[in-house]
Amino acid sequence: MTNDECKKAVLDIIADIAPDEDLSNVKPDVRLRDQLQLDSMDFLDIVMELRKRHGIEVPEADYVRLASLDSCAEYLTPKFNALAAKS
Amino acid sequence: MRAPLNLPRIVITGVGLTAPNGNSLPEFRRNLLAGVAGIEWLDVRYMGRLLAGVCHYDPLRYQKRKEVRVGTRAGSISIWCANEAITDSGIALAAFSRDRIGIYIGCTEHGNVETENEIFAISKFNYDTKYWSHYHNPRTVANNPAGEASLNLGITGPAYTIGAACAAGNLGLIHAAQMLRLGEVDLAICGGVSESIHTFGIFAGFKSQGALATHEVPAKASRPFDRARNGIVVSEGGCLYTLERLDDALARGARIYGEIAGYGVLSDASDYVLPNPVRQAECIRKSIAHAGLAPQGIHIVNTHATATPLGDVQECEAIRAVFGDGCPDTFINNTKSFIGHCMGAAGALELAGNLPSFEDLVVHPTINVDDLDPACALPGLVLNQPAKAGRVDTILNNSFGMLGINSTLIVRRFVA
Repeated sequence: MTNDECKKAVLDIIADIAPDEDLSNVKPDVRLRDQLQLDSMDFLDIVMELRKRHGIEVPEADYVRLASLDSCAEYLTPKFNALAAKS
Repeated sequence: MRAPLNLPRIVITGVGLTAPNGNSLPEFRRNLLAGVAGIEWLDVRYMGRLLAGVCHYDPLRYQKRKEVRVGTRAGSISIWCANEAITDSGIALAAFSRDRIGIYIGCTEHGNVETENEIFAISKFNYDTKYWSHYHNPRTVANNPAGEASLNLGITGPAYTIGAACAAGNLGLIHAAQMLRLGEVDLAICGGVSESIHTFGIFAGFKSQGALATHEVPAKASRPFDRARNGIVVSEGGCLYTLERLDDALARGARIYGEIAGYGVLSDASDYVLPNPVRQAECIRKSIAHAGLAPQGIHIVNTHATATPLGDVQECEAIRAVFGDGCPDTFINNTKSFIGHCMGAAGALELAGNLPSFEDLVVHPTINVDDLDPACALPGLVLNQPAKAGRVDTILNNSFGMLGINSTLIVRRFVA
């Protein structure tokens, strides 16, 4: 999985948990909470959906790594690829 | 027992509703007079196609998509009804201190839907509870429907639910009237809601009890008082009112639908499920006395009857004990024959369907009575076609529930 594919996977989740938001111009280097109406419960939803849809666990200590699309890609892409390598 | 005369009079000034056959009072009333039921087939988890009353309001009129996703169906119904009631009342919320508005919502049950959904969701993950939603608790707390309405409207006064089985809709109104009389709030948004069709448990429970209606024609399934009745049609719905003290309502030139005239609330203390006609009659009598009336002064009795073989007969027994044959001006009807049993919303919705009778002097019928059960042949029963009444000054609304909770509410035509 590339970083861009990882960002798309995250955006797909956000599209479901924040269906009123316009996601067409999300800036990858800006904190998601600074450009979208996302609260702490929504971030728990992102974590839950990563677990449900992709089998990826994000420990609480790493939640900060999900702050922006860029940081998501940096943190999650290796996890996606590690899972893919296992299967 | 008469209400002390120095207590303020309480009036209904707005109605917001969603019923299986209408999303506003005019639409609901039109269908009640035209004999249009609102029962359809619904896929119920684990059970397949069952008959149910389903509401078709547009949640996105008052909620964002995310609020619909995060919240509950009961919360959404509450939000719809509360907004519709406020609009109907003509009230400008800005004229009120938000902490002086109360939201009092009756519920038969709450949380079953959301709990069942989560158990179903984790069943896909071998029942691993790490997949259990963090929204489960805010969705299932008993105050959820009222809390969601307070969030939506920015109302900071008391907002909570009243659990009273299927008597809860009436209880919402009664409790609100009490709070207004005590001066605790200046405006009450009150009534009842139900999301019960989204829990298989309520259907399965009634089925196990032998009390779930079956019929090949959905519109004919809910048939109180008919000899062929075979149980309850479970429905969702909601009806919330704005209640105000009369002086406040008059001061702002409000339209007044009616006045809370009296009520009775009693418990059977006799069985978990079986109704008790002696206590029901006591409750009806108590409400009539509370309103300072005699049975002859009641012009419409809206029955609770749910179309169970035993329950209908027992309510008729209670009504016969109070009204006998000596009340020629008393009409009797039933709204569940159109919309099924809306559970916590039932009392509030069924009252709403009758309120226009104060103006049009027409009593909506009980439909689906093709073969009247002789044990239910009450004088004044309005069967299948609307009846024209000489006068409608009072409506008495029965709502009874499991664990023996009985409520009767009387609304009077407003006369200054």
